[in-house]
Amino acid sequence: MTTSTPEPARRKRLPISLSNERLAGLFWQIAVVGIAIAVVTWLWSNAVHNLSVRRISTGFAFLGREAGMPIADAWLSYSPKNTYLRAFIVGIVNTLRVAVIGIVLATVLGTMIGIARLSSNWLLSRLAAVYVEVLRDLPLLLQLLFWYVLMQGLPAARTAWIPIDGVYLSNRGLVLPSIPIEEGNLWVIGMAAVGLMALYALRRRLIARQLLDGQPRPVWPYALVLVVGLPALVSWGLGVSWTITMPELRGFNFVGGLTLTPEYFALLVALVTYTSAFIAEIVRSGIQAVPRGQWDAAMALGLRRSFVLQHIVMPQALRVIIPPMTSQYLNLIKNSSLAVAVGYQDIVSIANTTLNQTGQAIEAIALIMLVFLTISLGISLLMNWYNARVALVER
Amino acid sequence: MTSATDAPENPLPFRSRSRRAASGGAIGWLRANLFSSIPSSAISLLLIFLLAKACVSFVQWGYWNAIWTVPGNQTSACRAIRGLGACWAVIPEKYRFILFGTYPFDQQWRPALAILTFIALFFLSSRHSWWRRELVLVWVAALVVIGLLMWGGIFGLPYVSQDRWGGLPVTLILATFGLAFGFPLGIVVALGRRSKLPAIRSLCVLYVELIRGVPLISLLFMASVMFPLFMPDGVNIDKLLRAQIAFVLYAGAYLAEVMRGGLQAVPRGQHEAADALGLSYWRKNGLIILPQAIRHVIPPLVNTFLAFFKDTSLVLIIGIFDLLTTAKTAIIDPAWQSFSVEIYLFVGSIYFAFCFAMSRYSRRLEAQGKPT
Repeated sequence: MTTSTPEPARRKRLPISLSNERLAGLFWQIAVVGIAIAVVTWLWSNAVHNLSVRRISTGFAFLGREAGMPIADAWLSYSPKNTYLRAFIVGIVNTLRVAVIGIVLATVLGTMIGIARLSSNWLLSRLAAVYVEVLRDLPLLLQLLFWYVLMQGLPAARTAWIPIDGVYLSNRGLVLPSIPIEEGNLWVIGMAAVGLMALYALRRRLIARQLLDGQPRPVWPYALVLVVGLPALVSWGLGVSWTITMPELRGFNFVGGLTLTPEYFALLVALVTYTSAFIAEIVRSGIQAVPRGQWDAAMALGLRRSFVLQHIVMPQALRVIIPPMTSQYLNLIKNSSLAVAVGYQDIVSIANTTLNQTGQAIEAIALIMLVFLTISLGISLLMNWYNARVALVER
Repeated sequence: MTSATDAPENPLPFRSRSRRAASGGAIGWLRANLFSSIPSSAISLLLIFLLAKACVSFVQWGYWNAIWTVPGNQTSACRAIRGLGACWAVIPEKYRFILFGTYPFDQQWRPALAILTFIALFFLSSRHSWWRRELVLVWVAALVVIGLLMWGGIFGLPYVSQDRWGGLPVTLILATFGLAFGFPLGIVVALGRRSKLPAIRSLCVLYVELIRGVPLISLLFMASVMFPLFMPDGVNIDKLLRAQIAFVLYAGAYLAEVMRGGLQAVPRGQHEAADALGLSYWRKNGLIILPQAIRHVIPPLVNTFLAFFKDTSLVLIIGIFDLLTTAKTAIIDPAWQSFSVEIYLFVGSIYFAFCFAMSRYSRRLEAQGKPT
């Protein structure tokens, strides 16, 4: 490095200006952190004082006490005699129940509407556009209350609306035929899941070998054995019953079958339709982001449209789609907390009841935050992993 | 998210074939756009059938069988046709309460004027020629005027306390004040997140991620239940103000992320040039970086504001009388209890009018490309 500045002068100036900048930086950091700590300490000392005045003890000891709150719609066995901890776990399961099913249905519906918006059929694409616009421009809570009111306006159980035999829609909710799940059934389902994972690993190896010698190797025989054959064998061995129980009307309510309560059903419908409108836009812009030349080139090779969409356009579109999709999934999970407005007992609703019963405001809200931060982090990790898989691999 | 334009000239393979054939009047248009192939024709016919059916039943319910006025509070006629026809009589009966809540009846011109001020403010802010520094002064002035109108207490206006406020003005106040105070907060946090000082950066990251990781409802619960616990004795902050503070903190975190995107879009050379001129950190950001960053993020800002506007409805859960809460309260009245669908349609159309205008506007901005 050549410089006209004399060495001694530079040495003198540089350290001073550097330390000035450093000093300023240090000063700012100490000031900001100091203020933050001071504010938090002040708030905390107020809280400690107020809690002692109101005789509320801090800490999570209350979790072991009897909850005494009824939970109408619980999948886990629960009674008001159980502890608060149990109630919280039931609440978490209820949140996950609506969130996971909501995410799956919203993805399917949103993708369909997103593709419909790109249809060459004018009417179909217009209708999809109207659907997206209307649902995006109304508050979710309003939509939820609207669905709930519609649910309550349905006929009574005796005069239930029966779209298909065994499916009843009434003001008691949606009743579906179901298969009673016992331990044996869970083993079979677990077996099928293991089979699916094995099949996935196997398929990757088969494709890797096909890349080496160009010989296509069919996957379906393995699929038949792993996903259908083995679980069927286990099912036969354990003597598991798979009979479908049909719901029946007895008195004023249904017996048997799977009942989705009006609260759950309204929440699910509201979350799915609202989120699907956002997902439709994401899918549409993702497909449109694929350059037209990709289509033209694939068509010129004489490939079928479905093949082009599945193997050429979609893999490229997914790269654009996945990051905003992740944030929609996270939004859906956070929005599921609106359950409290219709009385579906999710984690937020149960924490709120706990808060009113015990006065443990700080602990209850800390638990809500903990649960949602954990779920958000889990989804982010999962989606980041998937995103890394579909990301462009530069050679 | 990428642009959401629905420009008709989209170079999309799905439409290319039909576009080529689209010539020759209405018949040609129909053939090209509705009946281009057998599956497409089947879909069209099915959709036309369903649409016609839905339209007929809606017109039957909402117009032919509907009841528009009832004598006094006698809703027996409405109950008789429940399920068959709408009872629009509920709207003229309740609209004052839905729009203005429990605000003194003879003073309701004041919130009405406040609503108009809000609309004028939004309209002015949307004009490209008004995107100048003076806009900040206009906002301050408008917000002060709205405060004066709502509170009163001077110029001969009787004082109206905050717990009498309700309806649309509360919704607009929560959203607009949330934006007006959350925006400067968001800018500071976004700058902090890009700062070279590790302590400041991690504080900002902590704030943004904590707020964005939890549902808004838990923040509102915090504001309504926990906030009084954290205050010293004797300090009692009004419920609306507490919710407003929660909204500002919430808005700050989301706007910080939007602003961060804008800051990242400013080329590095701009920073280097400003440094070379010897500008201080604040002058560099205030004069060079932020004006460019803000222009980049105007469309996402509008979208974020749209989301806030919808999210204000969540205050229903902590019992603040915004537009949705007044609507829900209006149908508690036993005489009108069973006509919630009509009320929700009415309130929904108000929300829709505001949101649709905003979404159209942000779409137009995106279509125009990056404003310079």
